Formats: sequence, C-alpha cells, structure tokens
Amino acid sequence: MEIKREDIIHLAELSDFSLAEEEIDKLGADLQGIIKYISQLDELDVSGVEPTYQVFEMENVWRPDEVVQQDASREQLLALTKESKDNQIKVPKVL
Amino acid sequence: MKTANKKVTAERLVRDALAKAKHFADYNIFTFIDEEGAIRRAREIDAKIARGEDAGRLAGVPYALKDNFISPRGETTASAHILEGFTSPVTATSVERLEAEGAIMIGRTNLDAFAHGSSTENSYFGATLNAYDRERVAGGSSGGSAVAVALDIVEFATGSDTGGSIRQPASFNGVYGLKPTYGAVSRYGVVAMASSLDCIGFFTKTPEDMDLLMSIAAGRDPKDMTTLPDYYGESKVGKAKKIGVIKDFDNGSVDSEIRGALKHKCDLLKKKGYEIVELTMPALKYALAAYYIIQPAEVASNLSRYDGVRYGFRSEKAKDLSSIYDKTRDEGFMPENKRRIMIGNFVLSSGFYDAYFLKAAKARTLIVQEYEKAFSQVDYILMPVSPNPAFKLGEKVNDPVAMYLEDVMSVSLNLAGVPGLAIPAGKSKTGLPLGLQLVGPRRSDKALIEFARELQEDD
Repeated sequence: MEIKREDIIHLAELSDFSLAEEEIDKLGADLQGIIKYISQLDELDVSGVEPTYQVFEMENVWRPDEVVQQDASREQLLALTKESKDNQIKVPKVL
Repeated sequence: MKTANKKVTAERLVRDALAKAKHFADYNIFTFIDEEGAIRRAREIDAKIARGEDAGRLAGVPYALKDNFISPRGETTASAHILEGFTSPVTATSVERLEAEGAIMIGRTNLDAFAHGSSTENSYFGATLNAYDRERVAGGSSGGSAVAVALDIVEFATGSDTGGSIRQPASFNGVYGLKPTYGAVSRYGVVAMASSLDCIGFFTKTPEDMDLLMSIAAGRDPKDMTTLPDYYGESKVGKAKKIGVIKDFDNGSVDSEIRGALKHKCDLLKKKGYEIVELTMPALKYALAAYYIIQPAEVASNLSRYDGVRYGFRSEKAKDLSSIYDKTRDEGFMPENKRRIMIGNFVLSSGFYDAYFLKAAKARTLIVQEYEKAFSQVDYILMPVSPNPAFKLGEKVNDPVAMYLEDVMSVSLNLAGVPGLAIPAGKSKTGLPLGLQLVGPRRSDKALIEFARELQEDD
C-alpha cells in the first residue's frame, strides 16, 4: 500500500511527535520502505491458524493479596520530575 | 572467570578493568564509568575476604551493565536523549542477584537508543567501534557490552535481546552471547522494548562463565510475573544425538564465509558421532516481516510512557501540556525510535490491524509450531546468527530495511520464545569474527551451554 503525506502526519499525531516539515518527507520514505517489506506477509496462508500474542507457558500467576512494599518512595519518584507541588507532579495549565 | 581472593584482591581486579576501560576509551564502549563506586565496592568485598567470610560466587568480578538496566549507580539513559537526567531509585532484579554474589559494575555500556538497532549507531552518544576492526560496527543493540567483553575489559556484561541484540553483537566480536528462554531471567528493572519478546542475557568468554551467570540470575521473580519457575539448576542435560540445520532458510543471503563456518562445525560434529539432519521450516522466511510488525506494535505501546512529565528530558520549547508531550518526544527520540513507534501505531490502527498485526500474530503461531516440530526431530539446531560479519560504520544506518535484514536469522527465536546461544566460529579471511547460534527447545538453556563445549576449537 502507498503511504501518503497525510498518513504520516496522522501517524505522527497518534505518536505524539511534532515533526518538522523536512522530517515528514524523510520519515515518509523510510516508512514506505518498511511497510513494503512487512507487506510480504500477504503471501503467507494463515487460514485456520489461531494468533499467538505471547510465548509464556503459564497462565494466571497469582500472588498473595497483601500490601507489598514498593521499591521507590513517593519522595524519590517526585524528585525525578521537573516540578512538583503538594506531593503531586506539576504541569503547565491545560485549559 | 577470575574471582578475588586473599592474594588477588577485588580492588586489583577492578582497578585493572578501569585501566583497560580508559585505554580503550576511543571505542566509545561506556556511557558512564563509576570508578569511585566500583573501588568502594571492591574494598567491601576485600574486607569480607579478609574476615574469612564468603564473598560470593562472583567475588570482586568486574562487569559492565548495558545502559538499559536500572540501578541507582549513574543515570540510566538507554542511550536515548529522552532519559537524560534519569537516575533510578530502583535496582533491576538481575543486577541485585549478580551483585549479591559479589560482582562489581564498573560502568554502563552503549546501545542503540532503547535497543532499537543492529549496530549501536542509533545511540544518542554515537557508535561503538568493533573490537576487531575500528572501521566496523560493534553490532547491536548491545554493542558496548559485546566489545567490553571482547576487549577483555570485563569478565562479563549484561545484555537484552528482543530480536538478536545479544547474539548478533556477540558474533560480531567473537564472544559468547546467550538469549535465554523467554521468562528465564527477570525483566524487572530493564527498560521495556517489546514485552512479549524481550529477554535478559549475558556476554561471556566461555560457556562455563555463561552457566555460572545463568545459575545466579535465572529464576522466578515475584516482581516479574512472566518469569518461569526455577528450572535452570535442575535442568537435566541428556546426551544429544541429532543436530539440525535448516535447509531452506537463508535464501542465498548468507555470506560464503559464514556458510563455510557452519559447514566446518557440522563436519566437526559428524566426526564426533553426531547426526546432522536437514530441516525444512518454510514459515521462518516470514519471521522478519512478522517481527517488524509485532515488535514495533509493542514498542509503540511501551514507549508511550516517555512524555517529559515524570522523569527524564523535557523540551525547552514546551509551552503547554500538549507541547510537553510532542516537543519532548520529537526532540528526545532518535529517528529509528520514531520509525518504530509510527510503524507500531500504523499496524495497530483500525483498518490495518487485521492485515498486519493479526496476520503477524498468526504467522507467529506457525513459527512456534515449526520449532516444536523441529525439536521433535532433532536435539538442537545450528545456524548463522546474521547473514554477514560486522559491516562498515555508516553502511546501513540510513537504510532501515537493510538494517532490519541483519536480524533475519535471529528474530524467529524471540517469536517462538526458544533459547539461542551465539558461539564464536572462527574468523573471516580479513580477520573478522564469525558467529553461529545453537538453538534449543524452551528451557534447554543449560543443555545448549553444555553442548557449546563440543563445538569449541582453538582458532
């Protein structure tokens, strides 16, 4: 399939990238090549085959219903952000 | 590997490693070196030894940590700009287990940003040079770790392997590299790339060292619900008889010297009384396409957390909440990170999901089944790791598909969850290391490591 410029802009929006104009074209060409490659799956017959999403052999791993001590404290985690106030992460005004 | 004792102190081992790291500084192996911390830790080990206490099975052994493992020692960058300034308060389970046995991290190693790449050229900190040829790539994504072991700076290094990121750099630098069975080693504390494929493993100079590290690091971890119950230590290693080679796999793409190395090892095995069995695995031809759908889909999801809000880099151009996200992500990710995130969002988006993601998940089933069938016929499979030895710096970095083709023989193992051990297999005419991989059924890690000794030769 052919990827158009507006498709790249849409994918950039979905991906939360504010791409520069010249980057749109460059990424567009790269993505076109990659999509061409992965589209060769078209020729593989998978009728009647169930999908596999994971190869872990076990299901439903249970743990005791207990409060577990976390590896990092609230203070340590808040220290990683640029700005915090009243034990919360501060971001610029949304509205 | 050399451990510390009363005569050879941990401080001596660590100082030697640090001196070698300095000597090879221009290979760009490390993103961070912790001289002070490593020496402090070595003195603690030496004090233990002096008191006659057990200092552990890795007492004073210097090692290098791929810079996508978190620990409070130094920033964890994953070689990406977007994690700039991030020092984790938390330690990865594998790091805890190694250090509980006395191992000493001397530094963090370079990788393709977020482990996206097969050459370590996609690093925000620049490429790492190959241990055997400074004009060539280290391989990737765990390039720094492979070169640190190959240049004998450290006894071992950690790595992560989502589609070949341990095995390919191991083979490009002539060392052993293990991608264990999915779930063998805890992923807790390792920067997630594609969660259904990511495996934690090691680089070593011998199979014996690999066995020791696995006996320490493998096993159930309550912090990672996808770890398998402890099986490594109890693995029964039966006598192998039949070794498979895949007949229809390489599409003629494999370098003649790597084919020669495979043939040579098969001849060696025949001489030792093993039977070589040709296998037909037609779905493997589609493994790379399936992988470059499934992996980016999981990448797009895992990397959505990097938004400049909670930790790491934040763009100075950000004025409001929405631009914190999109300017930070635009400036903070490398081009290859962006390609994978966008492809991931493409294959998952409505209208394309069935044709790409679902189809790839079905192809994955066929690949799992082909391996199951293969291991009903043979004990192990021997095959190339990559189609070529280390390539020139800059040769493929601007051509994403050419770079992806590097992974053509390594990704199917991750899709199937089976273990693979990259082993050295001689040198090319120009002196570049050649590598092969031994592949076994799930949970055969220990047997693979043992069997690798059968393939050892002086080269």
